[in-house]
Amino acid sequence: MGRYVARRLLQMIPVFLGTVTLIFFMVHVLPGDPVAAMWGDKAVDPAQLAAFKHARGLDQPLFQQYLDYMGKLLTGDFGVAMDGRKVSDKIAAAMPVTIRLALLAFAIELVLGVTIGLFAGLRRGKAFDKSTLVLTLLLISIPVPVLGFIFQNIFATQLKWVTPTVQDSMNMGQLVLPAIVLGSLSLAYVARLTRTSIAENIKADYMRTAVAKGLPKRRVIGTHLLRNSMIPVVTFLGTDLGALMGGAIVTEGIFNVKGVGFELYHAINLKEGATVSGFVVVLVLVYLAASLIVDLLYAVLDPRIRYA
Amino acid sequence: MRGASQAKWVVAAVAVALAATACGSGGSSSSSSDSAVNAQGVFSYQSAEPQNPLQPANAMENQGGRIIKQLFKGLVDYDPANGKLRNQVAEKIETTDAKNYTVTLKAGWTFHDGTPVNAQSFVDSWNWSANTKNGQINSDWFSDIAGYDAVHPEKGDPTADKMSGLKVVDDTHFTIELTGPVSYFQYKLGYTAFSPLPKAFFTDPAKYGQSPIGNGPYKFVSWEHNKAITVAAYDKYAGVDKAKNGGIVFKNYTQPEAAYKDLVSDNLDVLDQVDPSDLASYKNDLGDRAVDQAQGAIQNISFALYQGDWKGQDKAKVRQGLSMAIDRDTITKTVLNGSRQPADSWVAPGAMGYKAGTCGEFCKFDPAKAKQLITEGGGVPGNKITIVYNSDGGHKEWVDAVCNSIRQSTGVECLGDPKPDFKTSRDLIKKKQVSSMMRTGWVQDYPLNANFLRDVYGSGAAANDAGYSSPEFDKFAAEADKATTVEKTAELYQQAEAQLAKDMPAIPLWYYKTTSGYSNNVQNVKFDSFGDPVFSQVEVKQK
Repeated sequence: MGRYVARRLLQMIPVFLGTVTLIFFMVHVLPGDPVAAMWGDKAVDPAQLAAFKHARGLDQPLFQQYLDYMGKLLTGDFGVAMDGRKVSDKIAAAMPVTIRLALLAFAIELVLGVTIGLFAGLRRGKAFDKSTLVLTLLLISIPVPVLGFIFQNIFATQLKWVTPTVQDSMNMGQLVLPAIVLGSLSLAYVARLTRTSIAENIKADYMRTAVAKGLPKRRVIGTHLLRNSMIPVVTFLGTDLGALMGGAIVTEGIFNVKGVGFELYHAINLKEGATVSGFVVVLVLVYLAASLIVDLLYAVLDPRIRYA
Repeated sequence: MRGASQAKWVVAAVAVALAATACGSGGSSSSSSDSAVNAQGVFSYQSAEPQNPLQPANAMENQGGRIIKQLFKGLVDYDPANGKLRNQVAEKIETTDAKNYTVTLKAGWTFHDGTPVNAQSFVDSWNWSANTKNGQINSDWFSDIAGYDAVHPEKGDPTADKMSGLKVVDDTHFTIELTGPVSYFQYKLGYTAFSPLPKAFFTDPAKYGQSPIGNGPYKFVSWEHNKAITVAAYDKYAGVDKAKNGGIVFKNYTQPEAAYKDLVSDNLDVLDQVDPSDLASYKNDLGDRAVDQAQGAIQNISFALYQGDWKGQDKAKVRQGLSMAIDRDTITKTVLNGSRQPADSWVAPGAMGYKAGTCGEFCKFDPAKAKQLITEGGGVPGNKITIVYNSDGGHKEWVDAVCNSIRQSTGVECLGDPKPDFKTSRDLIKKKQVSSMMRTGWVQDYPLNANFLRDVYGSGAAANDAGYSSPEFDKFAAEADKATTVEKTAELYQQAEAQLAKDMPAIPLWYYKTTSGYSNNVQNVKFDSFGDPVFSQVEVKQK
């Protein structure tokens, strides 16, 4: 197990470096000049443009810029954005907001999704199961912005339970509605995955054995059935945590939440290489960590899976 | 066991969620329209993160610019009621030849840190801001001043750190010498780049940019990045427009739709612009709190006159014909939901020197005459035109409508040529690689017709995207620049504008409008021709 973890951690290094390199060059081949764009519709002042580029090292060959960036990154320096703020400051400000939002969404989809899936799987073919299938299909087919606007309209404009947008991005209570919107799509998938897995495993030999042993029903379902059925769900949840972190752009926009999505959207718009790379680096780390945890959880859930 | 504990969690989570959302609703009851005013009341305004640190010469875009305007006050500004120039820190600005100016300052002005505003504050500020190595985006605003070349050479490092044209006489007097006569130099002085800076600035400009000290009606309180910038009324403000409220919160919004929803529910007090999807209903939603007025900005489509096909005087008729083929009235009413006003000149109304109808019949929709002019001019090259525009700015709809109008009334094939974003389209336009036509726009820097004409259509002018060059236009412009009064300048520029109707280097389409609104918490919300609310005059109602 220890060796496996060490190997996985070492594997992260080339993945990490490769992703940063790709992102860096991808951002830089986008058309348009981020410095010239600072003048907007107005005419560019050539002398000032040259001075700006020189000050930011943008007059260097691209490969040199890449080496400089990587050199700094390895020492923990994410560079400076066009507005003069440190990228690390931006990450530090935006990450806590999105982590809150993503964890809240994650908790909702995990708790609700698994519960609904469990009951639907146990009562396969019954009314609850059928309505679950219909409802989750509905959730999967509604695009997130539509759901966001519907919820905003019902809960804020009509019922006035909440304000239309989040007034304080760090307030967990206010983040509940956007988290529900953000997590709803995955919630549907989690429910369906759990349901299928449960329905399949309920016929497994170990289930018959467990029942035959005379174990209480609660223990049969909790320890034997649910635990063994969680592997596909955990795989999905692991990758989904990363997706929630990066994919909150639309939800954050609708509810005016100032997180990673907001920063990334602006940085891509302004073609700010340093900011985009910086955020992506952190998101890649989140993904890598989440997938490592998923792999380790396999062994916990199913003792037959061992890592040498 | 596990199943049961999970069920408990679900119940708990739902209970927490419901309780939290219910608590989140801060019900603000609206009061009647004549309620008493709270002079200490603070109101919020829809904003976005400024692109640059908050320094006067570093704000070209709106978000930072309008905040700087509240924090700083220069020698003069423009009366929001009529766009006329009025003195602020300046007691008077005198000149006899439009080239040498003597500035007298009023006494009693102070920066927010208590230090006095004197002649040195201005001269130091301008010298610093003009210097290439200080990286101020508005540095070329000082290019009229003698000695600018030394601090801002075309290539390489500056050879001096002071402009020879600026001299401090004493605390309340300084002189400005320009490289040549610029009759409307005083109008330019109202631009934020010309604001004074306190001594504290020069010790650490980077730190200052995050917490500026100005001399305007509001002083800086806090900047929570991406969330809000807060300013408070400055009680020792010496200007004519003392704040009638306690302060402003510039609240960030990513999506204009979100801001609009907050406005309607009184969680936001003053809106920047109504988003396109709510334009059709905002007057209904807001009633007499809806704002709809002209702005000092114009939308054009310019011809790539540098392409062989469009060169030559005979093609002017073709260009005029194309202008007449556009049904401005219908497009502004339907496609643009009445958020624009059809243009009949190249200068937006509200600017001094605006003359209605300079474009004459060429801005009127007349398919028959359009066809006739195009034929007389030898027809459109290849019988096809394309309009380059950026697809990230909501221009697609009207470009398609303009093309439709041209196609239907003249039979000329017309296509929009979208570029993915603003930067890409600007790149193409600046490199002069547009094949026939392009979307161009102009937002006033100061409300004078010279700004719409000289800077856009003068030969070699930096914003002359069309590559237009007319000896007649340049002659009138040069004469106008030599005039000694602004009135005379405005008049002479009207003659230059008349030349544009003859040559039609760009088709004026429509003027921008401020479509906005305010909440039930505030009153006396008026907008100036820059599209900004008159912040200092907003009154917050007593709760």
